[in-house]
Amino acid sequence: MIDNVTVELSRLQFGLTAMYHFLFVPLTLGLSILLGIFESVYVMTGRTIWRDITKYWGLLFGINFAMGVATGITMEFQFGTNWAYYSHYVGDIFGVPLAIEGLMAFFLEASFIGLFFFGWDRLSRVGHLVVTWLVALGSNLSALCILVANGWMQHPVGAKFNPASMRMEVANFSDVLFNPVAQAKFVHTVSAGYVTGAVFVMAISAWFLLKGRNIAFAKRSMTVAASFGLASALSVVVLGDESGYNASENQKMKLAAIEAMWQTEAAPASFTAFGFPDTVTHSTRDAIEVPWVMGLIGTRSFSEKIPGIINLVEANKARIASGEAAYGALEQLRKHPEDTAARTSFNAHVDDLGYGLLLKRYTDKVTDATPEQISKAAWDTVPNVPALFWTFRIMVGLGFFFIAFFAFAFWLSAKHRLDTYNWFLRLALVILPLPWIAAELGWFVAENGRQPWTIDGILPTFLSTSSLTAGNLWLSLGGFVLFYSVLAVVELYLMVKYIKLGPEAEFPSSTALGAPALSLPKGGR
Amino acid sequence: MSYLTYEHLRVIWWLLLGVLLIGFAIADGFDLGTAILLPFVAKTDGERRVVINTVGPVWEGNQVWLILGGGAIFAAWPLVYAVSFSGFYLAMLLVLCALILRPAGFKYRSKLENTRWRETWDWLLFVGGFIPALIFGVAVGNALLGAPFTFDDTMRMTYHGNLFGLLTPFALLCGLVSVAMLTMHGGTWLAVKTEGPVAERARSATLYAGLALIVLFALGGLWVKYLDGYQIVGAIAHDAASNPLGKTVVRKSGQWLANYSAQPWTILAPILGFGGALLAMLATRAQFAIGAFIASSLAVAGVVATAGLSLFPFILPSSTDPSASLTVWDASSSRMTLFIMLIAALVFVPIVLAYTSFIYYVLRGKVTEDKVEADHFSY
Repeated sequence: MIDNVTVELSRLQFGLTAMYHFLFVPLTLGLSILLGIFESVYVMTGRTIWRDITKYWGLLFGINFAMGVATGITMEFQFGTNWAYYSHYVGDIFGVPLAIEGLMAFFLEASFIGLFFFGWDRLSRVGHLVVTWLVALGSNLSALCILVANGWMQHPVGAKFNPASMRMEVANFSDVLFNPVAQAKFVHTVSAGYVTGAVFVMAISAWFLLKGRNIAFAKRSMTVAASFGLASALSVVVLGDESGYNASENQKMKLAAIEAMWQTEAAPASFTAFGFPDTVTHSTRDAIEVPWVMGLIGTRSFSEKIPGIINLVEANKARIASGEAAYGALEQLRKHPEDTAARTSFNAHVDDLGYGLLLKRYTDKVTDATPEQISKAAWDTVPNVPALFWTFRIMVGLGFFFIAFFAFAFWLSAKHRLDTYNWFLRLALVILPLPWIAAELGWFVAENGRQPWTIDGILPTFLSTSSLTAGNLWLSLGGFVLFYSVLAVVELYLMVKYIKLGPEAEFPSSTALGAPALSLPKGGR
Repeated sequence: MSYLTYEHLRVIWWLLLGVLLIGFAIADGFDLGTAILLPFVAKTDGERRVVINTVGPVWEGNQVWLILGGGAIFAAWPLVYAVSFSGFYLAMLLVLCALILRPAGFKYRSKLENTRWRETWDWLLFVGGFIPALIFGVAVGNALLGAPFTFDDTMRMTYHGNLFGLLTPFALLCGLVSVAMLTMHGGTWLAVKTEGPVAERARSATLYAGLALIVLFALGGLWVKYLDGYQIVGAIAHDAASNPLGKTVVRKSGQWLANYSAQPWTILAPILGFGGALLAMLATRAQFAIGAFIASSLAVAGVVATAGLSLFPFILPSSTDPSASLTVWDASSSRMTLFIMLIAALVFVPIVLAYTSFIYYVLRGKVTEDKVEADHFSY
């Protein structure tokens, strides 16, 4: 039997280190593209202020990038260190996008980042611009590979179980690569990164404007960030909707949990905008419902039903019973690979093998499960409904807020009034943490909503861990918390210091330009 | 695909694993060696910035060899990844912390003028070089000794050891071989990229480290002669589904040297190790910096290849249950995964090597205190 403490500590450590890593990733994704845009303007116009804009945001980019790289190594190692059974069970498929990420994307990004910083005087203007875009391309390709891997965890296509090696193996690689869930997740995630980059540039530029510093510099940065942010904010929500549609096809339980939809409703189902999901009575108190919306978003039809949690649990009981049969046949096949009756039975039930494995929480033997144990295991397939209900709503709310914010910023920039309203500048500054909150909540919804599985329907989380002692895990978890906290303090300290120093400390030429720009007529850029 | 049997693909991926590890040891090896040498070859702050900036623009790219090594082991040898990373748990986390110190150290050290801040980061960078160099060597030592792991019938692995169990005398000797090798390698790099007193000190460090490498490597070879190696008895299918529980393995003293008598050409690997180190020392004395760096790279390749060839076809033997050892024939991914990964490697490795060469070409030339001072982005 697997020690529950090991499982929970491993989950906590993975969750903490992954979320910590994702504090740095979105800014890398967003700023890398913005740097490419800034520098493209420089190369096209030849105005040095755009070079200085690129260099200054590049400096902040570098401070953030170092932490992204540092915490990324942890992620690459952690599947092996803490999730050894997972690594064995699905490494044949899951390892491939990770390896290709290193080969195709991370090499590109990490190799050219050095030239981005050290190549300004060694490369031609166009040469350096190409380098900057290659860094942006590398970081975005990197996200693509990681989301192909993660998309497969959510919707494991193109793989089959091999009893001889006791693991999942690739059956159709292009299905893994072109997994629709992965594609939608990729655009959704990088767009969230672009929003983060845009908000970051907006907020710090707004701070400069409030202080009356680097006016020309800040206004130009903001103009680019406003339009880039608007496009990205729209893309996040549209692709978020696509993810929701995918979930209704492939992860029905996750969708039902997010909506706290306990019972199947008549189509098209209504959307619960607000309410208090109760996991004991299996109902949602004080619900405010918007008719039709859920059904239309989830199924894009008027007639298709979205199944509720209770109905899904009932269906899963049957799958668990079938999984029990698969497990029995598998045990027989491991001992006697030539047993054709066992092979036939296994092939008939193999799709439910993962559901059978859920029983391991209650009985080691699996095939002797009582109806009561099956019922318990079936209810285990329901994730944490209240947590998902709320985190999802906050995330979506933030998504719509970003659209409104950037639409207004875009309008201001079109009217050349970005620095007109102090309240707007203060707003731009105080919303700085919001994109990070939205991104972290997004991952929470995606990953917590997949529970109790690491690979949806294939491998339960509690079976995925390494055989580690609680002592080792406490030691590593404590070490991470301590070490990461110190690094966070150092990073934030330097980030704030260099923001306060501003571009004028590094590139006096752009400050010289900053003063006369004030006297230029409106729109004089 | 029909010409490439499962057996071929497994051997190819064993070779590619070697290529990746050698790539890491050569490329990121000189970064680690440079970090080890940092407090010793550079005395003033200006000198230290020179040393850091010799690797500043390239270390991130170099480190990808390690990330890629991890990813490739995951994808091509999932069981090796699962067993070694979770079995060597605390050692891996120690490496991880040390490696995380590097990006922070390189990037943040010179961002403040404070002497104490910079001194602290210099020593942390030393730790970030020394610990991984030592532990990677210790890990290879433990692969040669065998690791205490067993599988149950669902292939769940149990590890019967702890961190201190890894630090046996033989494993520590392997760790020191690795430290000496990478220190030598870092020394030759610094001799290429710096001038004046720093280069002078780097050259003398190269000579000492090269000598240490030759002595320790020879000692290791001698020790292995009396060490229990592992041998598969009876037949093992080379193209069956990966299941490490279907064979019989025995331990046998001196068995790790058997490959060298069975396939005499393999003796080239240790010869390359010794010869490369000797050549690196000679070239260093002759102040032929590039020659020394190339010779040192060959030595690194030779030493890593020696470990791999001694183990073949084993990758990670089990000391508790030798028959559950992980070998080339029963610990790989499926044939299709190995094939897909081979295509990806054939497409991307040449591209990576091409742009890496381009980047080193653009960044050619010595790093000096004046240049470090003049560049805003210097570390």
